[in-house]
Amino acid sequence: MSAIAPGVPNPAVRLREARARLNAIDRRASLALRWLCFAGGAIVLLAMIAVAYEVINGASQAIGKFGPGFLIHKTWNPVVTPRSPGVFGALSLIYGTLITSVFALILATALGVAIAIYLAMLAPKPVAAVVGPLVELLAAVPSIVIGFIGIIVIAPFSQSTLEPALHTVLGWIPLVGNLFGPVPQSGLSLFTAALVLTIMVVPIISALCRDMFLTVPRELQEGAEALGATRWEVIRGVVLPTTTSGIVAACVLGFGRATGEAIAVAQVIGGVNDLSASLFNPGNSLASAIAIQFGSPDSALHTSALYYCGVVVFVIGLVVNLLARQIAAGFRTRMALG
Amino acid sequence: MSAIPDPSFSLAPSGNLRRRMRVSRAVQGSTIAAAGLAVVVLAILVGYVAIKGIGVISWSFLTGGTLPPLTGQAGGMMPALLGSLEIGLIATLIAVPVGILTAIYLSEFAGPRMNAVVRTMLDLMNGLPTIIAGIFLFALLVATTHEDSAYAAGLALSIVMTPLVTRASLEALNRVPATLREAADALGVSSWRTILGVILPSASGAILTATILAIARALGETAPLLFTVAVFGPKIQVNPLHGVPSIPFEIWTLVEGGYAGALRQAWGMAFVLVVTILLLNVGARLLLRRSQRKRGL
Repeated sequence: MSAIAPGVPNPAVRLREARARLNAIDRRASLALRWLCFAGGAIVLLAMIAVAYEVINGASQAIGKFGPGFLIHKTWNPVVTPRSPGVFGALSLIYGTLITSVFALILATALGVAIAIYLAMLAPKPVAAVVGPLVELLAAVPSIVIGFIGIIVIAPFSQSTLEPALHTVLGWIPLVGNLFGPVPQSGLSLFTAALVLTIMVVPIISALCRDMFLTVPRELQEGAEALGATRWEVIRGVVLPTTTSGIVAACVLGFGRATGEAIAVAQVIGGVNDLSASLFNPGNSLASAIAIQFGSPDSALHTSALYYCGVVVFVIGLVVNLLARQIAAGFRTRMALG
Repeated sequence: MSAIPDPSFSLAPSGNLRRRMRVSRAVQGSTIAAAGLAVVVLAILVGYVAIKGIGVISWSFLTGGTLPPLTGQAGGMMPALLGSLEIGLIATLIAVPVGILTAIYLSEFAGPRMNAVVRTMLDLMNGLPTIIAGIFLFALLVATTHEDSAYAAGLALSIVMTPLVTRASLEALNRVPATLREAADALGVSSWRTILGVILPSASGAILTATILAIARALGETAPLLFTVAVFGPKIQVNPLHGVPSIPFEIWTLVEGGYAGALRQAWGMAFVLVVTILLLNVGARLLLRRSQRKRGL
């Protein structure tokens, strides 16, 4: 028994006190971490609310002046005269956004799904291990660079080759032919913008679809093969039907990405706020109008109208993303049940 | 009646089967063509930038200042390079903590309702057009202070980065084996020590990879910079409270004019940008493979 100096508590008590202190620290630290993490989540929520508020707030002047009519009027004239503060209607921009995105989506869906089929089911393993990452790298190329090459390479090529060919083949068809009108001098056009968007959307769709195709149970595919189905019949009869909603969700996400792209589109679309049906004419999209005009507005109303365009892009993005979530959730439940 | 198969009967597919196999082969061929097209497009994009840009790269280009579009000479990119790095650093310093904390909140603390709400918001943030992030920060900071600033641009880019970091961190946290957490619980380890000392470290490889990919994405973004740091010029500026030049904005401005000398500068900058981003992507991929292999052992 060692002598205990008077005034110094015995070791058992000291240990108990130390443990209590540590517990108190632990409790407080756990609580602090909990609140810190909650703050992280709260920042995300508040940031999105603030984005919505600021953009709508910026648009309030234009919303008050033009109301919903903004969406259906095609005159976009920022010039301020003593008689008029400028007239703004976004129809041509909405048309430009939708027609380029839809066209890009059609091309990108065909290409993206085909690439995904190849990577998930047909390619030999070593080939897929190289080609898969390469296609994903396509998504990493910055939009400013794609737009730059769009101006220098893609626009002249589509003006000299693709557009005349499409005009000859499709231009004569009633109604649809209007989309493929005569080819003007410049290659900066809605069509070129759609091509550029296609390059940006293909990797998104192909990556999402490939991951989904890989989740289709092997037994289902082998069952079909055992019944004598060819590779394509397995894909068409088993793989595509099981993943339809997932493919649709991927395409919807790709569409959302296309509608919001500003930079690459602004570089190649021509920047003309005119409504013309033909894809080969220059035009403008909502996002690219903001990119081109927001920096040097003619008036406060002009800025506000551009914010209004921002609201429209924002709402399109919102709807598209919620839609994709909904469809994808349906896909997951079906896979879980199946 | 068992019959001996007619030896003259051919096993080669005929009639309907032959047609079906031909269709199948045609489809297989077209998927190969689609994949080939994507690779060719990537090769054209990267190859064209390399051919045009590599001749511009020199020591004086990397260290010099940008010249106005009209001079017709290839200036340099040092101010833009420093500015881009600074903006990227600010964005990373905001997005990574927020992203990791949000991911921990979602995986460890949030109830089902908050989980659904925050996840929805993250999806919306991920789908938010980057130009909207730009005009948001313009309205919030630039319009009120009447001055461009590097931190406004950093904040705009952090909106792009945060959902990327969060989503990847969340996936990594969810993949941490439950046995690790149970072992810590059984030893009476408090929750913050478990999270910071056990769960987070075993997810760190994937989080680092996601951070690198997010930085690569942010470095190439132009739209969030257009109205928050619209600075162009040969002067090196690094004060985060003021505007700084940046590579994407300089390319945007140089290309707009279309003058030959300006385009040369733009190609040089595009080359540096693309090489940096591709290296970051490849690096992140290798890192991920290594950390996965480590976990596999």
